[in-house]
Amino acid sequence: MNAQALKIWYLVHKWTSLICTVLLLMLCITGLPLIFWHEIDHLLGDEVEPAVMPASAQRASLDAIVADAKARRPTHAVQFVSHDAEEPDLWSVGLGKTADAEELAVFYTYDARTAELLDTWTPDDGGFMQVMYRLHTDLFAGLPGTLFLGFMGVVLIASLISGAVVYGPFMRKLAFGTVRHEKSARLRWLDLHNLLGIATISWVLVVGATGVVNTLAIPIFGYWQATELADMTAPYRDRPPLSGPVSVERALKAAQAAEPGRELSWISYPGNDSASPHHFVAFMRGNTPLTSKLVKPVLIDARTAALNDQRTMPWYVTALLVSQPLHFGDYGGLPLKVLWGLLDLIAIVVLGSGLYLWWVKRNVAFETVLNTAQCSDMDDVMPRVSGRQGSEA
Amino acid sequence: MSETQSGIRVWAAPITLGLVTLFGLVAALLADGIGDAVSWAALGIPVAVCCWYALKKR
Repeated sequence: MNAQALKIWYLVHKWTSLICTVLLLMLCITGLPLIFWHEIDHLLGDEVEPAVMPASAQRASLDAIVADAKARRPTHAVQFVSHDAEEPDLWSVGLGKTADAEELAVFYTYDARTAELLDTWTPDDGGFMQVMYRLHTDLFAGLPGTLFLGFMGVVLIASLISGAVVYGPFMRKLAFGTVRHEKSARLRWLDLHNLLGIATISWVLVVGATGVVNTLAIPIFGYWQATELADMTAPYRDRPPLSGPVSVERALKAAQAAEPGRELSWISYPGNDSASPHHFVAFMRGNTPLTSKLVKPVLIDARTAALNDQRTMPWYVTALLVSQPLHFGDYGGLPLKVLWGLLDLIAIVVLGSGLYLWWVKRNVAFETVLNTAQCSDMDDVMPRVSGRQGSEA
Repeated sequence: MSETQSGIRVWAAPITLGLVTLFGLVAALLADGIGDAVSWAALGIPVAVCCWYALKKR
């Protein structure tokens, strides 16, 4: 690479990093407790835990559970019923002002065997983890906040790529992992920045890129609703509106019969954006480690509980669903979460050292920066050029 | 080492670490049990490398 090209890559690394570092630091810090959300809830006793019962215990009627939820919020509409893969003995019911309201009003969690209400969650419950979550996902600014964070993720990717490009020339005369502890603080932190950055770059790239994909969840799912789902429900478009009671239990049985190898992840209620005015849509997850992260939509006529359609998700929804575990690190037990936390801490050191290096070098010409970085045997030449900083900047 | 290294010398360790990391990330996604254990071992390597070089004194 010639000197001119290297200088351009260096400037790309510097400016893309400057744009995203502060927000990335915020994301890394708020992300750290989010990795351990489940464990923190458990420690604080906030976790919903069903009582231990024999495996043969009878299952309660899902219709009765939903009726109880409705009775508690008679002015609200059921949006979905969900079933956590890790908590088979729990059912959760989400209600909103209307079936298609953007905001969830309340989220009830029931014991699947006794139909006993175990937990009530509302968006204004707040709490530390909720603040971390909002900062991490939308900066308390809704979809624009989320998309802004996604854009910062794109800038991060540019910073990572340009950082890798300049790593080579900077390390030309140094063995991998060299940390010049005996030299100036600046050189020591430059070496640490290079070492920690390059050793973790593929993890940061994966978590960054999947984070960007996650910021597009609402547009991606919205596109699926507007195209595939609209196509699945098209034959019902001109039917009169649904009236009278519906049975989610019957709909679920029909969905299970249609997809015997799968189990329910969540089922959207008629009128919800991810169903239709006439249908339940059951989102069925697979039973292997990978397919359990994916879902297949099954369209059930709400009145007759007849199976209308079942499809595989298009590639862009699959990409979104696969990018979730790869961003959260929640797919390999507690040891994987601990490693996720350690890699996150290393990323914080890389970001912080990058910020420090920019600050101490802000008035130094690029050529001097490169020369100093490359010379392993000489003393740090930085102090000697300090008198010329003004003219070189 | 003050001699200029070839590109391969500079990039051997970073590329190895990158491949090990990606292997670890995918392993836990594809299989439970053994897949999880493989991912812990694989992702532990970049973390260990960082600690080893960052903390070792000459």
